[in-house]
Amino acid sequence: MQLILKAFYIFQKDIRQEFKTRYAINAIVLFAVVTLTAVSFSIGTFAAGDEVLAALLWIILFFSAMSGLAHIFVREEETHTSDTLKLVAPPMSIYLGKYLFNFFLLLLLEFITVPLFFAVMNFSISGVWPFLASLVLGSFGLSAGATMIAAIISKASAKGALFAVLSFPILLPVLIMGINATRIVIREESFAAISGPLQALFAYAVVVVTASLLLFDFVWNE
Amino acid sequence: MELEISAKGINKYFGEKRIFKDINFDVRNGESIAIVGHNGAGKTTLVRILCGLIRQTDGSIRYTVDGKKIERENIYPYIGLVGPYLELYEELTAQENLDFFAKMRNMTNPQARIAELMEKVGLSGREHDEVKTYSSGMRQRLKYVFALLHRPTVLVLDEPTSNLDKEGTATVYQIMQEQKKDKILILATNDEADLKYGDKQIAVNS
Repeated sequence: MQLILKAFYIFQKDIRQEFKTRYAINAIVLFAVVTLTAVSFSIGTFAAGDEVLAALLWIILFFSAMSGLAHIFVREEETHTSDTLKLVAPPMSIYLGKYLFNFFLLLLLEFITVPLFFAVMNFSISGVWPFLASLVLGSFGLSAGATMIAAIISKASAKGALFAVLSFPILLPVLIMGINATRIVIREESFAAISGPLQALFAYAVVVVTASLLLFDFVWNE
Repeated sequence: MELEISAKGINKYFGEKRIFKDINFDVRNGESIAIVGHNGAGKTTLVRILCGLIRQTDGSIRYTVDGKKIERENIYPYIGLVGPYLELYEELTAQENLDFFAKMRNMTNPQARIAELMEKVGLSGREHDEVKTYSSGMRQRLKYVFALLHRPTVLVLDEPTSNLDKEGTATVYQIMQEQKKDKILILATNDEADLKYGDKQIAVNS
């Protein structure tokens, strides 16, 4: 219980810092909006099918997330506060707190980007609730993997490049499953129709969170 | 609470480069040690090893609390650390920082303690200013509040008086004097005036 409570305190602290600097929020939201604008201009003259648009939506979300999710650990290293945090918090609470923050950031990104995407790209789906479920489960998985990789790369010198390179193979399953789920909800409106991708997204998130909780101590302390 | 730190044969290498070798000492409540050595000798590295922030390459450090051995990762609640590489969250106010640390240290009703320490280091009235607006001397004073907040059994001070004016230095000497009465004080310094507060000296060199 103490671990969860301390994770929440870390999340609170990170939210407070983020709303004062708005570094990660600005990075991911601006990246998403710029990419969305570029995509809409590029394919505006083609009549891109809904299945292509489903893939584009997840690609925009994925790369926007990549532009800001590493910040949560990089900031601790760059401002020399990681030792301070190490002295006061158990590693598991640190991972959970940072994970919660990245999950919140992704939800915020989706809250802004997805309606914009639907409006700009004239994209429509039949199953709204299954689609939202796939977004939330996708965010669980994306933020779990990205948080762990952010911790790994935070001590390296070429952080940005390393984050993208390491994240891509690990987070690729989320991207594929998210695209599959969205393709299905274009025509199907029941949860049953996308139960496969949803189960896979959930299983992925559970596996990555569990592995991260087991391994984070080594990453953080070595 | 009785705490003992026993270091045996501590060596540290960064890659092929040896930082220091064969550091041995014991320290317990009521004692203080000063770690001395020229710039780059590895004083800070040894401090970070003692605080459990990094691992030594060889040798062992045994922490004993009331006769029971505790692991390296469980030493943090007993330690208060002040060092030039240890920063507080500068986007947050001093009060927000200290509230966060108090909650993380499981302190109940920490406000009286925070007020007492802020008064002691001369930062009363500046609690609600963001840390980024503090001068380097004020930041150093605030680090003392962070380090002393949970009444640590071991106070570890790396460059204890750096950036401090005469008044701040006097406060730090008072803190050191109080700490070494019945708890453990570990200093890493080259300042002759600071060295008076170390009962034993440990020379670090490669």
